[in-house]
Amino acid sequence: MTQQKEDRRIAPVGFVIAAGLLVLAAFVAKDAVGMGAVSSYAGIGPSAASWAVAAGLGLLAAGTLVSTLRGEVPTPEPSDRAAVLTIVAGIAAMIATISAGGGFIPAMALLFGLTARGFGRRALATDLGIGVVLGLIVYLGFTKLLALSLPQGPIERLF
Amino acid sequence: MLDSVFALAQGFSVALEPTKLLFALIGVFLGTAVGVLPGIGPALTVALLLPVTFKLDPTGSLIMFAGIYYGGMYGGSTTSILINTPGESASMITALEGNKMAKAGRGGPALATSAVGSFVAGLIATIGLALFAPWLVEIAIQFGPADYFALMIVAFVTVSATFGDSPLRGLTSLFIGLMLGLVGIDALSGQARLTFGVPELLDGVEVTTLAVGLFAVGEALFVASRMKHAPETIEPVRGSLWMTREDWKRSWKPWLRGTALGFPIGSLPAGGAEIPTFLSYTIEKRLTKHPEEFGKGAIEGVAGPEAANNASAAGTLMPLLTLGLPTSATAAILLAGFQQYGLNPGPLLFAERPDLVWGLIASLFIANAMLVILNLPLIGLWVRLLAIPQPWLYAGILVFAAMGTIAANPSPVELVMLAVFGLLGFVMRRYDYPIAPMVVGLILGPMAETQLRRALQISLGDPMALIESPLAATLLAIAALALVAPLLFRGLSRFKADED
Repeated sequence: MTQQKEDRRIAPVGFVIAAGLLVLAAFVAKDAVGMGAVSSYAGIGPSAASWAVAAGLGLLAAGTLVSTLRGEVPTPEPSDRAAVLTIVAGIAAMIATISAGGGFIPAMALLFGLTARGFGRRALATDLGIGVVLGLIVYLGFTKLLALSLPQGPIERLF
Repeated sequence: MLDSVFALAQGFSVALEPTKLLFALIGVFLGTAVGVLPGIGPALTVALLLPVTFKLDPTGSLIMFAGIYYGGMYGGSTTSILINTPGESASMITALEGNKMAKAGRGGPALATSAVGSFVAGLIATIGLALFAPWLVEIAIQFGPADYFALMIVAFVTVSATFGDSPLRGLTSLFIGLMLGLVGIDALSGQARLTFGVPELLDGVEVTTLAVGLFAVGEALFVASRMKHAPETIEPVRGSLWMTREDWKRSWKPWLRGTALGFPIGSLPAGGAEIPTFLSYTIEKRLTKHPEEFGKGAIEGVAGPEAANNASAAGTLMPLLTLGLPTSATAAILLAGFQQYGLNPGPLLFAERPDLVWGLIASLFIANAMLVILNLPLIGLWVRLLAIPQPWLYAGILVFAAMGTIAANPSPVELVMLAVFGLLGFVMRRYDYPIAPMVVGLILGPMAETQLRRALQISLGDPMALIESPLAATLLAIAALALVAPLLFRGLSRFKADED
């Protein structure tokens, strides 16, 4: 609160958030229109809740716009974009590996290695190695002891 | 009263079976270990460990959850004291004085007073739960759909608008949660909503995927993004672990006062542990004979809020078990834990599965006792967990988050959702949006909708049915008031500020 009073500048991000909320509201409304009139012998149909949520999101977009113009949206602290992007790349690599049938262990190794790098570690090869070991332990522990199924690839089929 | 005692005795006969004791022990151990990790509160602890319990029998794994829940709370306070990074807002107050004590070389007594205080609070609050739950069930059984709907509206408003510093941001978080709750097939009509032709979305958004994405992935991205700007330091535990006679003398009253604040406030549909912990801190500050120590590491400032925090955690189990109403992020995830076995907490569960409900309540006592016995001797082990280098720690957390998600729902689409929620969680943290309302919105939204439609079907579409029951009318009035009051107060304070 104090932060807001100190600098009453208009933070552009407020407009982006308001626009985002408006887009969400439009999505929900469009979906509700598509439902048509599903007959319901009493009370309300499935689109009513959609309309309520769309209206709510629309109002919140308006509210965000007003509070942005009043300078109530705080400007955030500086952030380290490279770190965030490295971790996002790790998550993306993990998803891609699993989708391509590469298996659980290589996917987890990539996720572990790239996240550690995002947090400032420089020894990527070591961290990938740790990721492989961790992935192996988790894979064996969970599939053998707890009978959960995890994605399989060439490595996992060996066990 | 006698019924409760009898039912509880039966509960103990379930919870004291050797296998159940083992489950409780594993839960307590895992909960503490994961809860100790910085930035991880009880909500995330339970969410991360949910998939571990998928294939186990319901009673056993719910007992394990209870252990994880209580263990996560103990672990969280350790982190608040030794590093100044509370896992969740309720431990923030503990960090205030606790971290100062640790810096002054009194980390041991700070940990001890929070452990014993949590035990005392947990014990009293769990007794309260056992005594009052059957009574509330009696009342709840008469609730109609309109009453439930009104109750949920109260929960929506209080969870999102009353806490946090901006109702606008809380409501935004809530509505995004409500929107996610729309996704999937509508249970009453079979209509698909917001699925965009993706078959994986027909089942709706998993609460655990949302919670793990928002809390684990979002937190990791957030910590990484500001690592260069706010490094963390761990305070080593120096000196004696034990509390002196003086420490005991100064702690026992705050424990009891904290419990007296935490349990009733936690039981209200408003939920949340922030208010009782904050009130407890203020009261202790006022009542203490050592006001000069406050802000420099006063033991009362750890003992009171920590007891309030634990008591309110047990309090939130009251609406959860008796009404099926989750009022905190942790409770929402516990509810997801019930639902993964097709169990729905509420008055019916007390009637249909008394063994399970009372076994769970009994196991809360057991988990609580195990924690106080285990934790103080093991403190050295927990502290060593804090020494894991941050890159490996968060990398490990993400591996577990991905593993849990893919094990629960073997589809890359689920992982993409995890990533999207992670980014959302990061953006929300960065711009100061609260996260709990979104989780509560996702889980309570569809429930509120069902109750609303049921109420309207009974009344043949007459909306007046929503306020015909006096209870529903009162609750809706409270919700309206809670929504408007902060705005009014804000207006007033601005008015005052202008005067100055």
